[in-house]
Amino acid sequence: MSHDLLVALPIVIPLATGVIALLFYDSRDSQRVISVIGSAALLLAGIALLMTARADGILVTEMGGWPPPFGINFVADLFSSLMVLMTGLIAFTVSVYSLATMDPRRESFGYYPLFHILLMGITGSFLTGDMFNLFVWFEVMLISSFVLIALGGERPQLEGAIKYVALNLISSAILLGAIGLLYGLAGTLNMADLGMKLQDVDEPWLVTTVGMLFLVSFGIKAAVFPMFFWLPASYHTPPIAVTALIAALLSKVGIYALVRAFTLIFTQETSYTHQILLVVAGLTMITGVLGAVAQYEVRKLLSFHIISQIGYMLVGLAILSPLALAGSIFYIIHNMVTKTNLFLISGVAFRLQGTYELKKLGSLYRYHPWVSSLFFVSAMALAGMPPFSGFFAKLTLVRGSLELEHYAIVAVALLTSLLTLFSMTKIWTEGYWTPSPAEEEGKLPPGVDEFPGWTRNMVAMFLPIIILASLSVGMGILAQPVISLLVETAEQLLDPSLYIESVIGDEP
Amino acid sequence: METLMAILIGCLFASGIYLMLRRSIVKLAIGLVLLSQSANLLIFTAAGLTRGNPPLVSAGESMPPLPYADPLPQALVLTAIVIGFGVLAFTLVLVKRVYQTVGTDDLDEMRSTDGFKD
Amino acid sequence: MKSLILQTATRSLVAVLLLFSIFLLLRGHDEPGGGFIGGLVAAAAFALYAIAFDVASTRRMLGMRPQMMIAIGLAMAGGSGVISLLASRPYLEHLWYHTDIPGFGEIHLGTFLLFDIGVFLVVIGVTLLVILTLSEE
Repeated sequence: MSHDLLVALPIVIPLATGVIALLFYDSRDSQRVISVIGSAALLLAGIALLMTARADGILVTEMGGWPPPFGINFVADLFSSLMVLMTGLIAFTVSVYSLATMDPRRESFGYYPLFHILLMGITGSFLTGDMFNLFVWFEVMLISSFVLIALGGERPQLEGAIKYVALNLISSAILLGAIGLLYGLAGTLNMADLGMKLQDVDEPWLVTTVGMLFLVSFGIKAAVFPMFFWLPASYHTPPIAVTALIAALLSKVGIYALVRAFTLIFTQETSYTHQILLVVAGLTMITGVLGAVAQYEVRKLLSFHIISQIGYMLVGLAILSPLALAGSIFYIIHNMVTKTNLFLISGVAFRLQGTYELKKLGSLYRYHPWVSSLFFVSAMALAGMPPFSGFFAKLTLVRGSLELEHYAIVAVALLTSLLTLFSMTKIWTEGYWTPSPAEEEGKLPPGVDEFPGWTRNMVAMFLPIIILASLSVGMGILAQPVISLLVETAEQLLDPSLYIESVIGDEP
Repeated sequence: METLMAILIGCLFASGIYLMLRRSIVKLAIGLVLLSQSANLLIFTAAGLTRGNPPLVSAGESMPPLPYADPLPQALVLTAIVIGFGVLAFTLVLVKRVYQTVGTDDLDEMRSTDGFKD
Repeated sequence: MKSLILQTATRSLVAVLLLFSIFLLLRGHDEPGGGFIGGLVAAAAFALYAIAFDVASTRRMLGMRPQMMIAIGLAMAGGSGVISLLASRPYLEHLWYHTDIPGFGEIHLGTFLLFDIGVFLVVIGVTLLVILTLSEE
């Protein structure tokens, strides 16, 4: 397959799926089939892209045939391809899960087309090689996520959406301003060209100032300290499938943009910028987890955990060593898998007992041991217990930090890890282990008779959870090949000349 | 000219942020519009202002006569305006729906998703 | 709000505006104009009709849902880029076909026209989706 086609496919497939689903606006059944086929195709395209990018090096395609730095180009290095692959995986699992859980009203108001347009925005952001184009993909992604969050129009959804929309639009305005200033400085917006031209600017502090604007803008999108307040106010309001999708993907796009910008473009004053990143990472970890510890609503608790884990993902970027960066990327992947799974399982628990409140949940282990053990695997993976994926992600990150003697951040990371374990144990004991309020009164808890057999809905509900849980175990057991791929990825990121050469070519 | 534009952009940013800090969602929406427009102007100004020299290549030439206005920021601003238009349309629908559902335009009354209880 | 003057004027204006929007669309090939501005003018025509008469009759005049219009437009715009992928060129590179029509002169047909018509439909669809949704309640 030609490289042009391979790099374009992750964007074209969701677009085509969204459009075809929109053409079948009146038929929910066809939309459901189209949606699953489209996301499966995206997953396959992601696998093909990663394999080719690993074998052939960085892949580049020029949109419309205009050569860089004049035209917009799309670049798939290992990091981008990896993120596209993960997007495909999450898209596939969540779209299958949606079949069982999405209500018909939302389905008939364009849930599936929006779902795939959102995916297009995400893969576009991962693949683009142009700063302004990144902004455009961000907006595609934001508009569709706005609608997805507000779709259904329940009061909490709308209240959450207002906050989400307002803060994300501020971030977009800052990004736009920063892009304008960057263009004024360098006269180009192609990322590779920027990476080259900004190396020999007379006043590096100006570049750093613009870099800080990017940090604020991407930081809002990634929900880092102190700009995370929109996330726990809005993520838990839509149906659980939407929550799982946006929780897994949207903030990761922010992180991706930060990694791309601060490894490729803003590398002039790393001692200053990356010191800030390190402090921000530490504070993000600790505030996020403290917020989570105080919560008793499962979805809100998990939303606060997203924030604390964003901190881990920043540590590697702040330290800038191959091992630490590999640890961060491992953490991104691990987090996408486990966090999505935890949301999906809490959806199952909701289906069983009709609540997300820990104080009202209970007895799940007694009546549904299989559901409970799937939760247990993901929760322990999130907390970083061996042999699951989270342990190796944290281990790599901590080893990378210790190598360069960043003891403070290691201490913060381990403390956060402990608190994560504490809050996961809280869900486990309150929701799964102890008897539910109904049982304490001598009645059977709700949901005991659910799940009579393997109906189609059951398969759609549990297949994604089982896939994700086994991945979480698999990445732990097969940690060695995963880590070696990720170290390769990190080394590619830390050598911007590879990226620049493959985009600009041999021209001066 | 650049100084004047810089002051204008500053004023626009300031008024946008002031409006966003008010409690009404309608003012929030207007503030967002001002913010995105001032960002557009910022792109336009940061890329340099050239008056009266359109980048038109006359027949037989391969380049417009120097100095010419840079067309790229204009294309960027145009794209940003179009995107802003879409986002604004959505924001208006959202503001209307919120007003209908919550029954007030006061942001302080929309805190049911924030708290630590429930 | 029913105004006889507005309604009478609208009947003829809508036709002129729609024709003008198509003119703008085709003119965009080599000169200022194009799918976006053409689409806005066409959407303005429908919006004017909705103001003068009512939303329900505008929907009837439109003949299809705005969502469907967006879908067809996106399919055309996105599909026009795929043609070049099939010809082993980068996505969205536009291919040209030159031909001579006797008595008319040379014309260039490009996949770009498909893209522009797609944009035209998407713009009408999105604008009307918002306007009609907002004015329906």
